[in-house]
Amino acid sequence: MENNEKELAQLIQEISGLNPKKCMKCGKCSGACPAFHEMEYHPHQFVDMVDRGDVNKLLASKSIWMCLSCFACVERCPRDVKPANFIEAARLALIRQQGCNHLKDEAVPALLDDELPQQAIVSAYRKYKK
Amino acid sequence: MQVDETKEFKPTIVAFCCNWCSYAGADLSGTNRLNYPANVKIIRVPCSCRVNPMFILRAFQRGADGVIMCGCHPGDCHYTSGNYYARRRMTLLFSMLDFLGIEKERTRVEWVSAAEGAKFAATMNDFVATITKLGENRRLEDIRCKKQ
Amino acid sequence: MQRIGVFVCWCGSNIAATVDVQQVSDALAKEPGVVYSTNYQYMCSQSGQQMIQDAIKEHHLTGIVICSCSPRMHETTFRKTAAAAGINSYMVEIANIREQCSWIHKNKEEATEKAIILGRAAIAKVHLNAPLTAGESPVVKRALVIGGGIAGIQTALDIADAGFEVDIVEKKPTIGGKMAQIDKTFPTLDCAACILTPKMVDVAQNEKIHIYSYSEVESVKGFVGNFTATIKKKARYVKEDICTGCGLCTEKCPMKKVPNEFNQMLDNRTAIYIPFAQAVPKVATIDPNACMMLKNGKCGVCSKVCTAGAIDYTQKDEFIEQQYGAIVVATGFNTIKLDNFDEFAYSQSPDVVTSLEFERLMNAAGPTGGTLLRPSDHTHPHTLVFVQCVGSRDVSGCGKPYCSKICCMYTAKHAMLCREKYPDTEVYVFYIDVRTPGKNFDEFYRRAVEEYGVHYIKGMVGKVAPKNGKLMVQASDLLANDQLMIEADMVVLATAIEPDESARSIATMLTASMDTNDFFTEAHPKLRPVESPTAGIFLSGVCQGPKDIPETVSQASAAASKVIGLLVKDKLTCNPCVAESNEMMCNGCSACEKVCPYGAITYSDKEFRTPYRTTIMRRVASVNPAVCQGCGACTVACPSGAMDLKGFSTRQIMAEVDAICK
Repeated sequence: MENNEKELAQLIQEISGLNPKKCMKCGKCSGACPAFHEMEYHPHQFVDMVDRGDVNKLLASKSIWMCLSCFACVERCPRDVKPANFIEAARLALIRQQGCNHLKDEAVPALLDDELPQQAIVSAYRKYKK
Repeated sequence: MQVDETKEFKPTIVAFCCNWCSYAGADLSGTNRLNYPANVKIIRVPCSCRVNPMFILRAFQRGADGVIMCGCHPGDCHYTSGNYYARRRMTLLFSMLDFLGIEKERTRVEWVSAAEGAKFAATMNDFVATITKLGENRRLEDIRCKKQ
Repeated sequence: MQRIGVFVCWCGSNIAATVDVQQVSDALAKEPGVVYSTNYQYMCSQSGQQMIQDAIKEHHLTGIVICSCSPRMHETTFRKTAAAAGINSYMVEIANIREQCSWIHKNKEEATEKAIILGRAAIAKVHLNAPLTAGESPVVKRALVIGGGIAGIQTALDIADAGFEVDIVEKKPTIGGKMAQIDKTFPTLDCAACILTPKMVDVAQNEKIHIYSYSEVESVKGFVGNFTATIKKKARYVKEDICTGCGLCTEKCPMKKVPNEFNQMLDNRTAIYIPFAQAVPKVATIDPNACMMLKNGKCGVCSKVCTAGAIDYTQKDEFIEQQYGAIVVATGFNTIKLDNFDEFAYSQSPDVVTSLEFERLMNAAGPTGGTLLRPSDHTHPHTLVFVQCVGSRDVSGCGKPYCSKICCMYTAKHAMLCREKYPDTEVYVFYIDVRTPGKNFDEFYRRAVEEYGVHYIKGMVGKVAPKNGKLMVQASDLLANDQLMIEADMVVLATAIEPDESARSIATMLTASMDTNDFFTEAHPKLRPVESPTAGIFLSGVCQGPKDIPETVSQASAAASKVIGLLVKDKLTCNPCVAESNEMMCNGCSACEKVCPYGAITYSDKEFRTPYRTTIMRRVASVNPAVCQGCGACTVACPSGAMDLKGFSTRQIMAEVDAICK
C-alpha cells in the first residue's frame, strides 16, 4: 500500500510537471485561498503532502473537490510552486484510476440541475465514463 | 611507445593543472604522501582556461594515452570565470573526440581544490586504471614521431 | 640556442631517497642545450644558491632548470638567485620532483624515470623562455567615490584620514543617502540622523574631501592607478559657493505642490528646495521640471528674495575631468517597485505603505512630525499589519530571488517602536522565517515579542482589500493551520531592496562585473570581498549585496584600507606574465575582448603596410599589461592565434607536452 502511495505522489508530480521541493512554506497560497474554510486540508498542506508522498488522505478528502481553480495561489506563489496545479493533478490521478471516479453513476440524478443543458450531461458522461 | 608483449602496459598520461587550485592540490597529495602512479606527468598552467583543446590533441598525437585537465571548482576560479570557459571548450572538444576515433574516456575534466590532496590522488588512480584498461592509444599518433 | 644549466636538488633525503639524483643529472646533461648539470644536497641553501650563481658566471648560462620542490615553494628564491647572477629572473624553470615525484612514488626506478621526464619538460620550456621585465605604471594619488550614502561617506573619510585626496560624486543634491531617511537604527535604537549628520559634517569640513553633489559620473577611461573620469555637474541653477542655505527662497517659492522625494512622496516641497535641514552641502536646488521660471520664464521670485544673489537661471551642466588612482563604487540601493504586487493594494490605498515610507512617518523630521498618522485621513491607527518578504525570495519573476537581509530586523524595530510609542496599538507581523544573524539581533527580535507584545504570526498575507476606510487583511496562520481576517488601519510592506538603477551603467563604464541581480561581483567571495575583479575598482555597501548599516560601515572601511594600500604606492609593478597580441596576425574579431574578465583588451585602428607598397587600416587588439592578470582565457579564444601568454606561451606548453610524450 505504501509503495502504491509513493507512486501515486510521483504520478501527481508528473501530471502537474511541478516540483513541490521548491516550496519555502510561506503560506501565501493559504492566505490567498477564498475556499480555505471549506477545506479539510489547505493549499500549503497539499504541496507538503505531495512532497512527503502522503497522498492517500488527500485523495480521500473532499478538499480537492472544493478548490475553485481560481488560481489565486498560482498567481501569488513567490516560488512558482503553483498549488492549484497539484490539486488538478490529484483530481486527474483519481479519475485515471479505473472505478475510482469520484461520482458514482447512481449518484448523478440527485445532483442534476434542471437548468443544466442536456448536452453538457451527455458530453460529461462521454468524457468521464470508463 | 612501442607495444612490448613481455612488458606490462604503462600508459603515458598528461595532466594540465591550474596554478591556484589543482597544482596546489597535487602538491598537497605529495605532502600527505598519497600515492598515485608515476605515469601521470603534470604541466602547470595559470588557469584551466589557458588549456587550448589543441594541447590535448597534440598530446594524443605525440603518443599520450590519456589527458586529464584539472581546475578550480566552478565559482572558485582565481580569475573569476576561467574554469567556466574551460568547461565549455572541453565539452565541445569531447563531443568531437568520438568522431576523431578517440575514446571519450581518455580525456577527463576534474575540479580539484587546493585542499583536496586526497581527491587528486584518488582521481589520478582512477584515471590511470581507466586508461590501462582501455589500452594503448594509437588513433591520432603521428607515425613520424614514433620511436623505431 | 640557450646555454642551459641543470641543478638537481637532493632535498636531504626527501628527493634522494626515492630518486637517483646522480642518474637524473647525468641523463639531463645529455639533453640538447644543456652545458652544465649537477646535483647538490640543498639547492635552496646559501651554498646551493652560491653554486648556481658561480655556474651561471663560469659557463655563461642563459637558462636555468632546477629539479627540486614545488615552484610554489621556492620559485621566487631561485628567481632572485638568477637575477643576482645577472640573468633575467624569468629564465628559471622548476621541475617539481619532490611533491609530484619523490614523495608519491615508492619505486626508485619509476621515480627516477619520471624525474628525468619532468626535467626534460622543463628544459624544453626554458629553451623557449624569453627574458621578461615587470612593467611599472604610476599611481595617481586621488580616489573617486561614486555615491555619497553612509558607505561612500565612511570610505571617503577613511581614505582622507590617510592623507589622500578623495572626491565624492553624489547624484542627489545632498549626501547622506538612505540612512538620512531612516528614523532609528537597530539593534540599539539610536536615531540615524544623530549618528549620520556629524559624519556628513566631517566630510564637508575635511580639506581632503571634495563633494560633487547633484553630479554624475559620465565616463571613465584608463586602468588601475591611472583612471580618467568625466564628472557631469548638473545645473542646479543656484551658485553653490554663494548660496548660504538660509532657505528663504524655499519659503517664498509659489510652486508648492512638487512631490517630496526625500519624504517618499508623502508630502510636497517647493520647486526650489533643500532636501532636509542637515543637508550637506546646504545649498538650494531648483527642480527644472517644476520651476515656472525655467519652464516658461514667468516667476523669478527666488532670485528676488535671495539676498546673496545666488540664483542663476542660465546655469548649464558642467563637465569636469579628473584623474584618479582608484575608484570605489558605493551606489547603494532602492526599494523595488510594487507594480507586480496588486494583492497588497499598495496602489489602491494610501494606508498601505512601504517600510521606507513608514520610516518617514515615524521620523520627527518627516511629513507628520513624528506622530504616526494614517496617510489617508491623518487619524491614529490602532491595528497595524507588517508583511515581511514582499518581493524578496521570489522566483516567480515578480520580485527578487534573493533575501533582502535587512527586513526582518527593521520590521522588528518598527513593530517595537509602534508598541513603545503607542501602547494602544495592536501590531501583527506576518513572517516566513525570521532571520536574525548578527550581534544582539536575535535578542532584539525576542524583545519585540516578549517585552513589547508584538504578535508574530508564521504565515503570509494573501490579500489586502480596502473596505470602509479600513484594510481587510486576509492571511494564513500556518502554525494554527488557519486563515485569518484582520481589520487593519495600516499595512506596512517590508519591500525588497534592489541595486540602484544607475549601477548597471556604472558597471559597464568601469568594466566591473555584475551578477544577474545587478549586484557587483567581488574578486573572491571569501578572500577579496571588497575588490572588484577589475583592478583598481573597489566595492562598498549594498552595491555588492544586501547589508545593514554596521556591515556597510565595516565594508566601507575595508574598501578604504584597500584603496590606501594602492595609493601609497608610487608605482605599480605589473605581473610580466601577461597576454600579448601579435598585431600582424590579429583579425580584429573581438573574441578575446569578450572573454577577458578584466577588460584588459582594447581595440584600435592601426595602419599597416601591405606588400603592394600601400597602407591599410586594420582593427587590432592590444592588451593593457597593467590590467591583465595573465589567466590566458583570450589565448584560447583567439581564432587566429594572435594572442599569446608570456611565460606560458603556446609553444612553451606544446614543448612540454612533446617532452612528456616522447
